[in-house]
Amino acid sequence: MSEALWVLLLGSLLGFELIGKVPPTLHTPLMSGANAISGITLLAALALIAQAPTPALQLVGAVALGFALFNVVGGFLVTDRMLAMFRQRGNG
Amino acid sequence: MLHLTLDLGAVLLLALGLKGLSKVRTARTANGLAAVALVLAVLGLLLEQGLTGWSWMLLGLAAGGGAGALVAYRVPMTSMPEVVALFNGCGGMSSLLVALGAAALPAAGGRAALNRLELVSVLVSVLVGAITFSGSLVAMAKLQEWLATPGWTQRPARHAVNIALATAALAFGLAWPMGWLAAPVALAGVTTASLLLGIGLTLPIGGADMPVVISLLNSYSGVAAASAGFVVGSQLLIVAGAMVGAAGLILTQVMCTGMNRSLTSVLFGGALGASTTTGGGAAQAAGDDQSYSRVTSCSPEECALTLEAAERVVFVPGYGLAVAQAQHSLKELARLLESAGIEVAYAIHPVAGRMPGHMNVLLAEADVPYEQLIEMEAINPDFPRTDVVIVLGANDVVNPHAKTDPSSPLYGMPVLEVDQARSVFVVKRSLGAGYSGIRNALFELPHTSMVFGDAKAVLQQLTAELRTLGVGKVPVTAGR
Repeated sequence: MSEALWVLLLGSLLGFELIGKVPPTLHTPLMSGANAISGITLLAALALIAQAPTPALQLVGAVALGFALFNVVGGFLVTDRMLAMFRQRGNG
Repeated sequence: MLHLTLDLGAVLLLALGLKGLSKVRTARTANGLAAVALVLAVLGLLLEQGLTGWSWMLLGLAAGGGAGALVAYRVPMTSMPEVVALFNGCGGMSSLLVALGAAALPAAGGRAALNRLELVSVLVSVLVGAITFSGSLVAMAKLQEWLATPGWTQRPARHAVNIALATAALAFGLAWPMGWLAAPVALAGVTTASLLLGIGLTLPIGGADMPVVISLLNSYSGVAAASAGFVVGSQLLIVAGAMVGAAGLILTQVMCTGMNRSLTSVLFGGALGASTTTGGGAAQAAGDDQSYSRVTSCSPEECALTLEAAERVVFVPGYGLAVAQAQHSLKELARLLESAGIEVAYAIHPVAGRMPGHMNVLLAEADVPYEQLIEMEAINPDFPRTDVVIVLGANDVVNPHAKTDPSSPLYGMPVLEVDQARSVFVVKRSLGAGYSGIRNALFELPHTSMVFGDAKAVLQQLTAELRTLGVGKVPVTAGR
């Protein structure tokens, strides 16, 4: 279990280092993209479904999965829509 | 072994994605990389644990993914910040549900009893997930203007209420492993107290600070995901959650700096403009309507005459412009002016719109050339040589009090120095207070004129008026 704590520490340090100077233009897309990534909790929902011995708990897992995927799919698509507009100006 | 490779690939791509999202050139690719990373992560997990319960997985996948895609494609760009808040809240809800489900697993025979670290992780997931969920929904409602900032939330007593809620959440949390209460009762207690705490923490914060709040809640949802990783024993989830949590915290800090606010004053200082002397933002804002005394107003015709004689025109777009859906009318007017040889630029304040960078997105959508969007630091020195400034639905970001009046709540916030230009026109529906409820000294300057009306209608009138004056008659199609 102490292994997992090391993983937590190193992951946090990595996150702190990854974001340095961000132009204001990108604050909204970056937030939206990071938000989509935080939907990775869908892995936990999938694990819950696999371990659940009763339909009730499987349902909880499925609902959790639905919420997480709403976050992930919506988040990435909305970020892409925003960033696509920045690209357009380059083409014409 | 294959699933480990997939996991490591996912972590690598996530890191590259987060890094790339902070640079304009690489941002879109980076977003795609992060999406691929999540697909790899899911494949890795499914390889490891098999497809038990696949019908439930498919159900969640279809419902959540479908709804997400639908919302993402349907939402207008003006509502982008609200949607990010909604997505974020749902991520928090997911962590909350997973933790509650995992807490019920041992009793149902799904796994061995939780160890101490897992118990703590369940509690953290529930607490942080619930705060993220209810806080994000409040933030969304505020951005949509479904919810105002009630005056009573500005009283110092709110801190006592929030501390009581936090204490209650911790007490219920302690009662669960200690066996003081039955598990379902204790966990329901933690969940309820945390949901209320999320509301209590977010409700007193003014609408203008919502971007910072959403960014912080985004960081929280990373924390909730990481602790859900401890619960289900997924190191990938721990890494990814920790990364997003930390990155979100840095982004929050960066945004605070851009708005010249400290994180503590955003979180605990109450709404901007709701000064302690009046005790309520609403009351002060209402009083401001009467306090403008030396305002001059003019018609679009008069404004057009000044524009015709100008050599350099700067537009200051704000959220009001986006709400009126006037970006395209603005671009049309700008094209007309340019065809008559008038220099046109757009001054973009870092927090124009509802979120930093929001205005750039909205103008890019209307095909405004990127080179004409000029950031605040670059354009401020140019205002003295600008003939006409037209402020469209912006308010606080052009308030000269932010520079001159230490008693103003905006004091110290960097603003666009439009008062330096030769003449200023402010297109506004009425003299009502801005988003933050603070009076604007710009409106009373002798070289400022108010043009009352809907931004889109005024812009169209200006364009028509300039055409009758013969502006840009010859080369009007030359640019196409």
